[in-house]
Amino acid sequence: MSSNDLTPKQRLAIERAKMTEQAPERRVTNFEEVNQGLPEAVAVKEAQRCLDCKNKPCIEGCPVGVRIPEFITALAEDDLPKAAEILLTDNALPCTTGRVCPQEVQCEALCIRGKKGEPVAIGWLERFVADWAAQHADTPKLFGNKPAKKTGKTVCVVGSGPGGLTAAGELARMGHDVTIFEALHATGGVLRYGIPEFRLPKAIVDREVANLESLGVKIECNVIVGKTITVEEIMEEFDACFVANGAGLPMFMNIPGENFRGVYSANEYLTRVNLMGAYRDDARTPVVRGKKAVIFGGGNTAMDSVRTAMRLGADPAIIAYRRSRAEMPARIEEIQHAEEEGIQFDFLVAPLEILGDEDGSVRAVKMQRMELGEPDASGRRRPVPIEGSEFELEADVIIVAIGVLANPILTNACPALDLNKWGNIIVDENTMTSISGVFAGGDIVRGGATVILAMGDGKHAANQIDVFLKNI
Amino acid sequence: MFEVISNEVLTDNVHRMVIKAPRIAKSRQAGQFVIVRSDADAERIPLTIADADVAAGTVTLIIQALGDGTRRIVGIEPPDGLKDVAGPLGLPTHIEKWGKVACVGGGVGTAVLYPLAAAAAEAGNEVTAVIGGRTEPLVILRNELAEFCDDVLVATEDGSLGTKGFVTAVLQELLDDEAKRPAAVFAVGPVGMMKAVAEQTRPYGIKTLVSLNPIMVDGTGMCGGCRVTVGGEAKFACVDGPEFDGHLVDFDELASRQATYEKHEKHEACRLAQQLNEMKRGQK
Repeated sequence: MSSNDLTPKQRLAIERAKMTEQAPERRVTNFEEVNQGLPEAVAVKEAQRCLDCKNKPCIEGCPVGVRIPEFITALAEDDLPKAAEILLTDNALPCTTGRVCPQEVQCEALCIRGKKGEPVAIGWLERFVADWAAQHADTPKLFGNKPAKKTGKTVCVVGSGPGGLTAAGELARMGHDVTIFEALHATGGVLRYGIPEFRLPKAIVDREVANLESLGVKIECNVIVGKTITVEEIMEEFDACFVANGAGLPMFMNIPGENFRGVYSANEYLTRVNLMGAYRDDARTPVVRGKKAVIFGGGNTAMDSVRTAMRLGADPAIIAYRRSRAEMPARIEEIQHAEEEGIQFDFLVAPLEILGDEDGSVRAVKMQRMELGEPDASGRRRPVPIEGSEFELEADVIIVAIGVLANPILTNACPALDLNKWGNIIVDENTMTSISGVFAGGDIVRGGATVILAMGDGKHAANQIDVFLKNI
Repeated sequence: MFEVISNEVLTDNVHRMVIKAPRIAKSRQAGQFVIVRSDADAERIPLTIADADVAAGTVTLIIQALGDGTRRIVGIEPPDGLKDVAGPLGLPTHIEKWGKVACVGGGVGTAVLYPLAAAAAEAGNEVTAVIGGRTEPLVILRNELAEFCDDVLVATEDGSLGTKGFVTAVLQELLDDEAKRPAAVFAVGPVGMMKAVAEQTRPYGIKTLVSLNPIMVDGTGMCGGCRVTVGGEAKFACVDGPEFDGHLVDFDELASRQATYEKHEKHEACRLAQQLNEMKRGQK
């Protein structure tokens, strides 16, 4: 039956699709992707749940403004080339966002179907269409469907994470000559070093980067802006610059024992495993494969860390969080997946001290139970220690995933950039910094945020850079 | 790809490699380092930039090949190249005109010491190098240091060259002699040696700078793996160092952290780990 023939009542009668997943007991033994994607028939049927409502609130919830009902309607008609064209025009990294976006607080949160029952599975449909495009079509052609006339203007993008890649793609499609400087030896930023293979396969990052290169984007790795070259030197060579170098300075807890062997920042742990491949038996970069892992934090990075630790052999692998489940900022799907995999959650606890053995390796962490008191400035009830509730938790790996601060390497070398008190770059409503022609976005502006917000910044900045370049 | 211009054997398994890296050559200052990977699967290895030639667009690295990563690096000959060379990283060395300066180097730590000593001499200091190694072939850069140092003193454990014993014994002679006593000391070598030097100079209140080489991944402050306790505070050697006040460094913690992967590394690496930890800092 053609989707057009469906009545709203028939659409409302369709139940939300179920994602095909690797079984929990199997997936904790490998690093393959947990979600296996929807079969085509299931995806088309799920798309038919969309009412194509008048106000289209879902688009408002999307930081990059994907025309969600349009691509979903095309999918509901089983017109995949059209769905792909719409999606790829609006979103530079759809295979990625379809996997890592917190849809439940963005597009799906605003879906009219969610008011009574479950919202349309927009994220899964995005993933389906994006993966289809990657497998079935000449993606670069789709991606760059409007061959750009060269403007002769040059733009330097600092960082090849989600913000940088998005900006680079948009700018290249506008006809500008784009060069990305990446500090690490590999592209992708947090998509490569931070998000594990089981959530975002690196082949996808490779493919998204290859798409950009086919648009003419040049990528130079091993260039640390602020050290190898300064922003001032960049502006001598380029007409404009977009700074999206991320927020890479891990926070520690400042408790005794934090420097014992086996205590990692999530950044280090995940970088060793994801970027350096320490999960592979033949990897040259090692990581401590603990038998008992305790992870501090409640965000996506904490979930990625704890699930990685379990895959590397830790049992138990425990999330220790100082508030309760409801306050955890991680994506709901990640929390659910973690629970299914047997991750233990210890809520309303705080570490007091990390304890080591005679070698200087961690052996346990001394904890204290908390209770929720009065709401704090953020409106969340503040955890208050319970006297006499101290206990010890055995651990040979501890991962601190409580957030990141702005990395000062670039900004220290560029005093003309105005910063806020946390060291983040201040930008105006057009994403321009205090230096004319230098724009910024993503975590270096926001502090630790999400992939999609960085991408939204990249897209917004690209438009503003385009305007700026037309006026010089 | 970063072209290897030359690769010469200085002694034993110590190589001097000149690498084409124009941007790094231009921005580099004494005391900074690069992160090097030989090929696509390799570890990221921090190595001190011994020298740079801005006109030629090259940097010089002095590398002791002990572990798998460094052996692969020194195995690359011209005209091939290194996959990745990133930098210059870390803060430049802090140089003042102190007057008399002693630069103490142990093993391949001397390679790290070399640019610091050169910068100290350049700033008008009277520099005495005190370098050592287990045996004569392991004492490196003696002639190169002699070009700008007022004196180069050598100690070997087996007595095959210079004083028999450790560099600390030679340094003690300088400290004991008021006419030769340095106003500042740079010490680079194994952790135990740097700790010993710091303890030697502490009673004299002599400014003592050490260059640390903890385990590092990215080298840009992102991972925090290189954190060291300095004056009771956690510092990242990659962005706050690698040079620190030797009187404030917790060397025991540093030594322990450097040994993190001893028991986790694979069979062959395990065999080398002890040696690696003693000598690792020399790679920088």
